[in-house]
Amino acid sequence: MRRTALHHVHQRLGASFTGFAGWEMPVRYGSDVAEHHSVRKSVGLFDLGHMGQIEVSGPEAAAFLDYALVGRLSAVAVGRAKYTMLCHTNGGVLDDLVVYRLEPQRFLVVANAANAPIVIAMLGEYSGGFAVTITALDRALVAVQGPDAVRVVGEHADLRYYGIKAERLAGKDVLLARTGYTGEDGFEIYCANADAEAIWEWAQAAGAQPAGLACRDTLRLEAGMPLYGHELTVRTTPFHAGLGRVVALDKSDFVGAAALRTVTPETELVGLVTKGRRSPRAGHAVLDAVTGAKVGEVTSGAPSPTLGHPIALAYVARDRAGGSLVVDVRGTREAAEIVSLPFYKR
Amino acid sequence: MRFTKDHEWLTEEEIATVGITSFAADALGDVVFVELPEVGTVVSAGDPAGEIESTKSVSEVYAPADGEIVEVNQAVVDDPALINSDPYGKGWLYRLRISGTPVTLSDVEYEALIAGETS
Repeated sequence: MRRTALHHVHQRLGASFTGFAGWEMPVRYGSDVAEHHSVRKSVGLFDLGHMGQIEVSGPEAAAFLDYALVGRLSAVAVGRAKYTMLCHTNGGVLDDLVVYRLEPQRFLVVANAANAPIVIAMLGEYSGGFAVTITALDRALVAVQGPDAVRVVGEHADLRYYGIKAERLAGKDVLLARTGYTGEDGFEIYCANADAEAIWEWAQAAGAQPAGLACRDTLRLEAGMPLYGHELTVRTTPFHAGLGRVVALDKSDFVGAAALRTVTPETELVGLVTKGRRSPRAGHAVLDAVTGAKVGEVTSGAPSPTLGHPIALAYVARDRAGGSLVVDVRGTREAAEIVSLPFYKR
Repeated sequence: MRFTKDHEWLTEEEIATVGITSFAADALGDVVFVELPEVGTVVSAGDPAGEIESTKSVSEVYAPADGEIVEVNQAVVDDPALINSDPYGKGWLYRLRISGTPVTLSDVEYEALIAGETS
């Protein structure tokens, strides 16, 4: 299994590790619930060195990304970022991405760890005829997330949300971005592998609490953010996931355009809350409370540490009759209520 | 104390106290909900006999031997975090009147099992 540049730091901190997308990653350092609360109430520190980082550069970089991705990347200003997706020609999502425009002709594409090889391969395949260079970067990524993240980055906190700029932090050259995946204000710091430990130590010294993948999942779920492999798959389009707004259908041509222009999803992604203590989990059936007919399926679910009750994301049929739903939680029927997303908003 | 391949521990008595190992508790993460069988439930070795839910996942607890549940730990139902903080003490789950011979591992055999799972 691959290890990030910070692996020995996690070992020193006593982390428990888990295999994730071929990487050995820290799942928690002690208590995942405490780590969750530290991100919500103060500031947490994540190693995201497993994320895929891909540089796309060249005179036609913007035009190429407009063609390869569903968003209009040519409209992104230098120093800004956009959440977008790479789709299959059939409209299915191959990955969801954050793309930063670093220079007029240079973009940084950040992919999910599991999908990075697919993203690199598909960008390469789609790039025929475009004057672009696609380079997989071997580089670290550290995130500080939470209301006190601004205190950690100090004078550099003047960055706008979804902005990025070159900075010097802890004596190292980094790219500092105000992005994240926790529902909190926060920063992501892209740096050389050799500088990752210095950045980590600097953030920890400023009060950021190391936080693992377990709390990252409960944080993103509370924030209603989709996770590839759960809410997003190659069998779902952005419209199924309620993310049709990221698709620039008025672009002249892009990969998946024909399919995405005609898609009419029969299901929709909704937020569910239940009142019992047992939590709906991925794969549990959503049923009509009256007829017992299956009308959907849970894609992610967990007891919400912030809210104190179970929350779940589920695909349910748009034509489901009636409003009352139950989730079959391993044989127990838990009454479920559809709520607007996100579950938690800062 | 003896262990099972399903990461339970049990005491070597006719009425055995049963819990999950610290290895299992660490793997689960923070436990937020415990469901235990009712007193009087008769179980066979390997039957699901309880459920432990953490933020990350849900795991079944399996009966380590044939027998009857004679007592459950209400304290751990009220405060599931005891499973993380004291898995061999206050975090015990239930007491089982054993009627057969449990298939268990010694501490040395259990250490070897988890060494294999973590390597």
